[in-house]
Amino acid sequence: MENVVAAETAKPPTRVGLFVTCLVDLVRPSVGFAAVKLLEDAGCEVVVPSQSCCGQPAYNSGDRATARAIALKVIDAFAGCDYVVAPSGSCAGMLAKHYPELFADEPELMRQAAAFAAKCCELTSFLVDRLGVKTVAARYEGVAAYHDSCAGLREMGVKNQPRELLASVEGLRLVDLPEGEECCGFGGLFSVKYGELSDAIVGRKASDVAASGADTLLAGDLGCLMNIAGKLQRQGRAVKARHVAEVLAGMTDEPPIGEAAARVKP
Amino acid sequence: MTVPSTSSRFKANVSQALADERLQGALPHARNFAGARAAAVARLPEFEALRDSARAIKDHTLAHLDLYLEAFERKATEAGGQVHYARDAAEATATIVDLCKARGARTVVKGKSMISEEIGLNAALERAGIAAVETDLGEYAIQLRDERPSHIIAPAIHLTRKDFEAEFRRAHRDLPADRDLSRPEQLLGEARAVLRDKFLSAEVGVTGANFLVAETGASIIVTNEGNGDLAQVLPKVHVVVASIEKLVPTLNDAAQILRVLARSATGQDMAVYTTIAVGPRRPGDPDGPEEWHVVLVDNGRSAMLGSPFKDMLRCIRCGACMNHCPVYLAVGGHAYGWIYPGPMGAVLTPALLGVAEGGQLPNASTLCGRCEAVCPTRIPLPRMMRQWREREFARRLTPAPARFALGLWAFFAKRPALYRLSSDLATRLLHLVGRARGRFSWLPFARGWTRSRDLAAPQGATFQSRWRAKSGRVK
Repeated sequence: MENVVAAETAKPPTRVGLFVTCLVDLVRPSVGFAAVKLLEDAGCEVVVPSQSCCGQPAYNSGDRATARAIALKVIDAFAGCDYVVAPSGSCAGMLAKHYPELFADEPELMRQAAAFAAKCCELTSFLVDRLGVKTVAARYEGVAAYHDSCAGLREMGVKNQPRELLASVEGLRLVDLPEGEECCGFGGLFSVKYGELSDAIVGRKASDVAASGADTLLAGDLGCLMNIAGKLQRQGRAVKARHVAEVLAGMTDEPPIGEAAARVKP
Repeated sequence: MTVPSTSSRFKANVSQALADERLQGALPHARNFAGARAAAVARLPEFEALRDSARAIKDHTLAHLDLYLEAFERKATEAGGQVHYARDAAEATATIVDLCKARGARTVVKGKSMISEEIGLNAALERAGIAAVETDLGEYAIQLRDERPSHIIAPAIHLTRKDFEAEFRRAHRDLPADRDLSRPEQLLGEARAVLRDKFLSAEVGVTGANFLVAETGASIIVTNEGNGDLAQVLPKVHVVVASIEKLVPTLNDAAQILRVLARSATGQDMAVYTTIAVGPRRPGDPDGPEEWHVVLVDNGRSAMLGSPFKDMLRCIRCGACMNHCPVYLAVGGHAYGWIYPGPMGAVLTPALLGVAEGGQLPNASTLCGRCEAVCPTRIPLPRMMRQWREREFARRLTPAPARFALGLWAFFAKRPALYRLSSDLATRLLHLVGRARGRFSWLPFARGWTRSRDLAAPQGATFQSRWRAKSGRVK
């Protein structure tokens, strides 16, 4: 595919550390490769330091000591990067907004965490806001609903950036979801600890997605996507769910989230 | 004695609420508030600045609360009122019961007041042989049903119009069977007719306060039905019961906060009635009570002042947080088990009842942040929910299996190299098991999820392992 991404800033940052996020790392590596392609197309050098998780499961479970220990590892691992980019508003929010809070009582570490936080971005907002990317060279046939994930929307200000990029995808039509600012009920461990409640919330979201007329659900966070896709599938609905990076990168050969690959006889 | 709680049984309450078809039929009404608020905010360009101002006013007052309490007491006393301090619910109810007994009261009419719910005032009055009559339409209906409010500004949001009608037909025995009660205003008319007699016969009126003004010694309430005005003007004795964080320095401060209150709550520019009361009837006044009392209730607030939960005392009880909360909108207010539901309740309940009783509530949140985004005084509700989780974790109140799982995960998460190897093995294995369908409909360690949702199977090797194999670039 031809490289026609319009990176309008004069000098793109040289070195972007991909914070791949544990869900993408474990469940859907193709999202990570899509993110790499988008970043490299925009002129970045992408590195992937050895990593595990941003620490949110511990942080949101009240285990501050573990969250703090993980944060120190992450800050150290990405020391040589100009930017740290995550294909997730939630993990980016953890790095950019909550790491400094973890060191509120330790001025020296606080300074390091704040400097690190300033380098951290969610993928689509990094492309649009920091690199000035306006269009992508991709094609996707379908009608898509874009779900705003909560942390992306409210912590990282991600709203128009993915829509702006999606508008340049050939063949794609975007529709709005009603009550689009409402949570899908994922909430990390909440989805398992309070499964019944989480299910009641996602049931409503899945119905909204189905009623929107979209054949594809897109979002910037794999957690929300797995939650909504899992509910849609349990309801027997045929909506395909993909991370927005896959569509923007034109990398949609892998089956949608939670779907099996077509059987190929050897 | 503070009223009993079922907050520690939150999960069971949730199951019950989700299975309650009547409740689930009524709850969608609560969704209307969010749209109304958004429209009201869009009409007022300075709304965000007003939120900052409201926050600053409350922060300033809380930082000097002792001074403003004394100033309020002085001014209220100068106006001929009597100020009573109550350390806890028992002292507050005893004070009010004594006031009622001393005046030989048999009936008390009440304006809607959450603090009176918190201290269990109606039950205390009834134990003393005094009838307490709620005069807000929604409160009146739930009093007939012997329920508590399920929302701090719309106490009967869990009921439909049909439920109101059924309750009125049951309780108002002289109501003709052919009386049409199919429209809300007809229900209101019926309640008014019954309540008018109560207003005229009650010896004491009890109201809450949205603000207490230190500058003048005044109490301010906002209502939409005018019942608060009647409750404080018609009886011979008016008792204001208010928690101490209701203080604001000046009338101008109250006016500023009023500009965000109704807009945040119902999307109205102003509530229909904003009523200022200070002191009893003066010579020459056409009406008003002969006695005016203010009962200032602490009941745990002063202990919050020096704590990480101090910001919660900025709450002006608008209900915006619950109107925008996915959890509240799924189960309603009663599931929270005590007095205050939604995000503000999830932070306030453990502060007032202890984390052992109320600790479930701050856990039962996706931390989606919408509550903080709409809070008129910008209370960092998600942050404080997380702080309660930290206290719970520190006190080892977190359930043992959850602690164990978290500990196991943390062991690997803190060791990225080991994590990479082990997670790669695990995802390859899960991929093989789930490959045929691409997802699981049952997994032993994720039953909370798979009971109602499918779970996507991993694509195979992890990203980090593939990246390393492809380019050797994982350092």
